[in-house]
Amino acid sequence: MTEMPPLLNVSDISLSFGGVHALTDVSFDVRPGEIFSIIGPNGAGKTSMLNCISGRYQPNKGSITFKQKEMIGLRPNDRCNLGIGRTFQNLALFSHMTVLDNIMVGRHHLLKNNFLSGSLYWLGGARKEELTHRAEVEDIIDFLEIAHIRKSIAGTLSYGLRKRVELARAVALRPDLILLDEPMAGMNLEEKEDMARYIIDLNEEWGMTVVMIEHDMGVVMDISHRVMVLDFGRKIAGGLPDEVMANPQVRKAYLGEDDEPAPEPQPEGEVA
Amino acid sequence: MASAHSRMKCGEFRTNYQQDTTIFPTPLARRVAVLSVIFLLVAPSFLNPYFLNLGIQIGYYGIAALGLNIVVGFTGQISLGHAAFFGFGAFASAWLNNTTGIPVFFCIPLAGTMTMALGLIVGIPAGRIKGLYLAIATLASQYILEDFFSRADWFTGGAYGAMANPFSIFGFEFNNDQRYFYVVLFYVVIMFLFGTNLLRSRDGRAFVAVRDHYLSAEIMGINLTKYRILSFGISSFYAGIGGALFGHYLGFVSAEGFTIMLSIQFLGMVIIGGLGSVMGSLMGTAFMVLLPELMEAGVGLVGHNAPGLTHALAYIKEMSIGLAIILFLIFEPDGLAHRWKMIKAYWKLYPFSY
Repeated sequence: MTEMPPLLNVSDISLSFGGVHALTDVSFDVRPGEIFSIIGPNGAGKTSMLNCISGRYQPNKGSITFKQKEMIGLRPNDRCNLGIGRTFQNLALFSHMTVLDNIMVGRHHLLKNNFLSGSLYWLGGARKEELTHRAEVEDIIDFLEIAHIRKSIAGTLSYGLRKRVELARAVALRPDLILLDEPMAGMNLEEKEDMARYIIDLNEEWGMTVVMIEHDMGVVMDISHRVMVLDFGRKIAGGLPDEVMANPQVRKAYLGEDDEPAPEPQPEGEVA
Repeated sequence: MASAHSRMKCGEFRTNYQQDTTIFPTPLARRVAVLSVIFLLVAPSFLNPYFLNLGIQIGYYGIAALGLNIVVGFTGQISLGHAAFFGFGAFASAWLNNTTGIPVFFCIPLAGTMTMALGLIVGIPAGRIKGLYLAIATLASQYILEDFFSRADWFTGGAYGAMANPFSIFGFEFNNDQRYFYVVLFYVVIMFLFGTNLLRSRDGRAFVAVRDHYLSAEIMGINLTKYRILSFGISSFYAGIGGALFGHYLGFVSAEGFTIMLSIQFLGMVIIGGLGSVMGSLMGTAFMVLLPELMEAGVGLVGHNAPGLTHALAYIKEMSIGLAIILFLIFEPDGLAHRWKMIKAYWKLYPFSY
């Protein structure tokens, strides 16, 4: 692999809430076109890391550059223009909207019509624009196989479907970097397999770089190009999945010290 | 016979996205809506002024209620100052017409725009605070504006109130109920089309997104501060238009009409009609305007047997509104719009319940 500049560079990020150090000097690179997973026990700071990238939190120290552009200080709602999209760990759909409208909200920053041209609809070209974007949204709906629920109210859907709609909404942003916070949590095996396939397709066919938090070790090891392990807000390992799995520190912190690589034993009581 | 069968459709078939984004879900609904507007166009020729007056009231209050629904129902904020914006629109239109001589025809949209500007300023706290605190902030704006109405003699005529000239086009005055009905009908159709369009395009979706989950709305590129304030601005525009229509209808605008009571009535309209429903705003307004009239008619029927009721009529009217709001909150929190949907579904699905 030739040396390309990293798509996302995180260096020396520290984040604390009062006396709680959520993140301490975390640094990593995400290269264009890879699936990068962040793993670690509960409370290790994984979601905090994602929140720093997406702008929800402002880190106390360090720098985050995306496409060589400094992200610290940039408002969350400006980051999607640069090409960052994300999903949430706990469902964060607009629960009274239809699935279609939810996904159309993802087009918000790409649409030009405003409250004036939107109110006039037929006159100001808003209809034409809406319909063009609708066609693109339908591509996403097709790809994620949610055509049968496109007119359903998001809040009435099952958990697995909602997760999928949330992914669709993030994809609708047309991001270069998509942040997935536990995309497979709470899913059954079949849904997990589907989701893994979608993530691989997004990465390989749609050309999106993926940063993913996931607890299912099987999935992480199978689809990630590289993995980073956080524990108590510190990065304890990073590299190829096999290397990380073999790392004794990781086994101790996260996987448990069994001889065989147990799939998903999560240590308890480690809320940092 | 076979040819007749082949032309028969057994459902709605949409073959492009345009057909899937229409205002009315089915051609039938569209035809019913067009027919009801046509009915209203001919209505003044045979309806008596009493009903026309009620229709006009439903019209201008309905426009303002739609505005309130945009901020409360769609953006999920609270406003206790809607009557003040309604009043500001009424005064602004009268003032513009009286001082500059701009025809009333243009004054109404201009008054709407002025009210929108005011709403954008008063809405600034909404960018920062939520819930109960915002309710208090809007309550403050209600009282500040009420005070302004009674003191700003240059603008409102102070305690004397302001005269508002009748609506006219090329010298033709819409100075009675029959004629003014058309003005209000025109504005109702236009404003409700605008509202519907707004809510099926980018900024309308952004409002609902801010209401349903503001954290993820922000990640989707929606500037929360901007949209929270904007929804106040747009809602004030509707209130201003409604107020201006009110002013030119009565011919006289006085500060006493725009109290907190009216603000609460507006809230009652959108709650009864259905938060987050465009047509619900009109249904709720119709309910709130007609309910006291029904009470009056009911009391009139039994009045000669129970003279006490006739004396208590004013209280009965007020109490019935309060009772209606409470009953709706308990039994139909989604309002008349939802009930209407249920009724339609019932006919469609009968004899099955799902």
